[in-house]
Amino acid sequence: MIAEKQASQAVAEILGHYKKEKKNLIPLLQEVQTKLGYLPRKALQEIADFLEMPEVEVWGVATFYNQFRFVPLGKYHTVVCMGTACHLAGGRLILEALERELSIKVGETAEDGNFSLERVACIGCCMLAPVVVIKDKIHPKMTPFKVEEALIPYKQEAQGELKEGKSKSKS
Amino acid sequence: MTFEEISNKAKSEWEALQRGSYILIGTATCGRAAGALDVVDAFKKGLTRQGLDVLIIQVGCMGLCYAEPLVTISKPGSLRVVYSNVTPEIVPRLVEGYVAGDDPCLELALGTLEGGGGEAVYIPELPRFEYELRLILRCCGYSNPENINHYIANGGYSGLEKALKISPEKIIGELKKSGLRGRGGAGFPAHLKWELCRKAGGTPKYVICNADEGDPGAFMDRVVLESDPHQVIEGMIIAGYAIGAEQGYIYVRAEYPLAIERIQIALKQARKLGFLGDNILGGDFGFHIEIAAGAGAFVSGEATALVAAMEGRRSEPRPRPPRLSEAGLWNKPTLLNNVKTFAFVPLIIERGGNWFASIGTEGSKGTAMFTLAGKVANVGLAEVPMGTTLSKLVYDIGGGIAKDKEFKAVQIGGPSGGCLPESLLNIPIDYDSLREAGSMMGSGGMIVMDENNCMVDAARFFIDFSTKESCGKCTMCRLGTLQMLRILEDITAGRGGIDDIALLLALAEDVKAGSLCGLGQTAPNPVLTTMRYFRDEYEAHILEKRCPARVCPELTVYYILPDKCDRACEHCILTCPTKAIKGDKGEVKIIDQVKCSKCGTCLEVCPPEYNAVVKLSPVSLLPASKLSERKAGK
Ligand SMILES: Cc1cc2nc3c(=O)[nH]c(=O)nc-3n(C[C@H](O)[C@H](O)[C@H](O)COP(=O)(O)O)c2cc1C
Ligand code: FES
Repeated sequence: MIAEKQASQAVAEILGHYKKEKKNLIPLLQEVQTKLGYLPRKALQEIADFLEMPEVEVWGVATFYNQFRFVPLGKYHTVVCMGTACHLAGGRLILEALERELSIKVGETAEDGNFSLERVACIGCCMLAPVVVIKDKIHPKMTPFKVEEALIPYKQEAQGELKEGKSKSKS
Repeated sequence: MTFEEISNKAKSEWEALQRGSYILIGTATCGRAAGALDVVDAFKKGLTRQGLDVLIIQVGCMGLCYAEPLVTISKPGSLRVVYSNVTPEIVPRLVEGYVAGDDPCLELALGTLEGGGGEAVYIPELPRFEYELRLILRCCGYSNPENINHYIANGGYSGLEKALKISPEKIIGELKKSGLRGRGGAGFPAHLKWELCRKAGGTPKYVICNADEGDPGAFMDRVVLESDPHQVIEGMIIAGYAIGAEQGYIYVRAEYPLAIERIQIALKQARKLGFLGDNILGGDFGFHIEIAAGAGAFVSGEATALVAAMEGRRSEPRPRPPRLSEAGLWNKPTLLNNVKTFAFVPLIIERGGNWFASIGTEGSKGTAMFTLAGKVANVGLAEVPMGTTLSKLVYDIGGGIAKDKEFKAVQIGGPSGGCLPESLLNIPIDYDSLREAGSMMGSGGMIVMDENNCMVDAARFFIDFSTKESCGKCTMCRLGTLQMLRILEDITAGRGGIDDIALLLALAEDVKAGSLCGLGQTAPNPVLTTMRYFRDEYEAHILEKRCPARVCPELTVYYILPDKCDRACEHCILTCPTKAIKGDKGEVKIIDQVKCSKCGTCLEVCPPEYNAVVKLSPVSLLPASKLSERKAGK
């Protein structure tokens, strides 16, 4: 996670490119989220101050749209498609399998910050349904069993780094 | 440069391209998902290894999504050959075989683009093309969306050039003759909207292209923008000239990053050649286009909600009138049309309104574009004349149901549309016939369902979507849909009563009547049509606690047939995620119904030679001993 001070600096820099117009609210939120990965409370305050709007109004807009997130994403952000084609091809089973395998519910980020799980409605590759996207890689034609397999390399990577980190801190 | 000079230059570039060899690779989102970018890399490496200098062009989508990644190799004086499902592994063969050598590797090909009669399939003669008529899709997959000259060489921007020489009234007159209706769902006549905006008082005026495409399972607008974006831009400029606007916006969902990127490139190129800017083609008319990225809310696609989003507010619809043509963006007269509506305009101006009106039916002119998805064999995109029957789309173009399953329903129009049964497959596709059947044209998403899909579950799915996407402003839409969802959840879980059917019907009418915008007004359609055409499935769930398609988890159990189980094999035991399967070595395997999470992994992994796992519904079909065990567990 980016430290608070750095985050504020990044937000200030983005604000510098915009005019103080209310119509810029959504583009601002989008750009800040792209930069920071999510919308921290403090950034929302800073945007509200900049646009001279009540903070609650900024919060109202940000929470209305599906795109905005208020907790940081995991390192391996996992997206499960729950669009029509994926649902009909068994999307619910895939979602359940992911929740089971990752021990988190949809919309959550795991405590260790490795995995987060999100549902979306159609990513436009319905011919490959049901689809899961792990860290931007599309995994087509999933089954509950294949979900387990697909997660293994990421889980191993996460564990490997954990061990590496520990041995480093020892030496 | 005059238009003629621009056009000549583009044509000579196109002709020079045709004189050499080149490779087209489809890298729209669908192609990329299937691995097209790896194929591009493999070609680059292969060409370098052979020391060949052949142009690779990344193109959009041909509409044959089931066959992605698609590669076309074109050589002067030989056949243009299209290869389907290309993987990096077969690329070296194609490079050595056809790019460097003379072997067209026809055994790997989907077909050829010219010739016919030979040993390879002649693609234009594939059965589907007998029924298709590609207007908007005509260049998709064959020309480079990132090169404006490809568009111009194929007739692009000549509609604009012609339009600027005639009066705005005449342009709207052509639209009227054409009979073009909006492709965003409601089918409002385009010329009326343009006329209202033209006459509206107040300046400035705005043109907005609706590329929000929120229907979960439809992607035509994405394909158009990724594969041939200039058509939309040209249509918008003509609209600006016709209504007297100088500023346009393309409102596109943020989930479509590639579309946004390709529009940006297209806008830049159009500005450079003078199709956009202050003095378009050297004249007095000026027009500018900017992109506005949506933030992911289905309701943002509704006209007044879209305007609210662009103004930086929550996208909640407001009552109409006033129409957008009177009070739209910043309260100024605004013309809002769908991506495809704009894309038809240049062709209509170039070829005339009467030409367009000669295609289609009495009330619905031109072509309709559909995404075919779900259980159909050839998933992809199709463009057909209005009036084509559903069965032609599903069977002749879509290739019928995948894996030889039984057809059950086709869902048209997404969450606002309906599920139509086999008996209605002969209705023609046009605005009015679909509405009569209880569905609607909607955006053009078409999802095919087979015997393994439960219609009550499908209705529950769509209502769940509408509940989540309701903006919350109208009580009936916010809470009425939620109540419908709860009832459907009860039915699918076997807790429904027969009175629920009447209650659902009454609620559906109330939600329709009590909602301000199209979201609430159409949200009950999937429920109403499934109840109308598949009432027996509702009754089976309620009266027999049986899910005929064996989908609903509460009404279904997995069972291992003792006489089919191999006993020595342990696939199911080893893979069951909840460790619900027991059985010592050499014994029949048994599912512990209490632990079973109904994920279906055992059915998936049980080797086909045994095929010992079955799904049963109702639950009472389980042999008596297992049943009591299950009850005791609860
Ligand atoms: C809930 C809802 C969602 C909509 N989504 C879209 C959409 O994604 N794209 C679109 O073009 N029209 C959408 N519409 C229809 C628009 O309100 C509007 O009718 C259309 O953009 C007008 O363009 P047209 O005349 O070219 O069809 C939606 C309507 C509703 C009620
Ligand atoms: S429904 Fe999942 S990709 Fe379209």
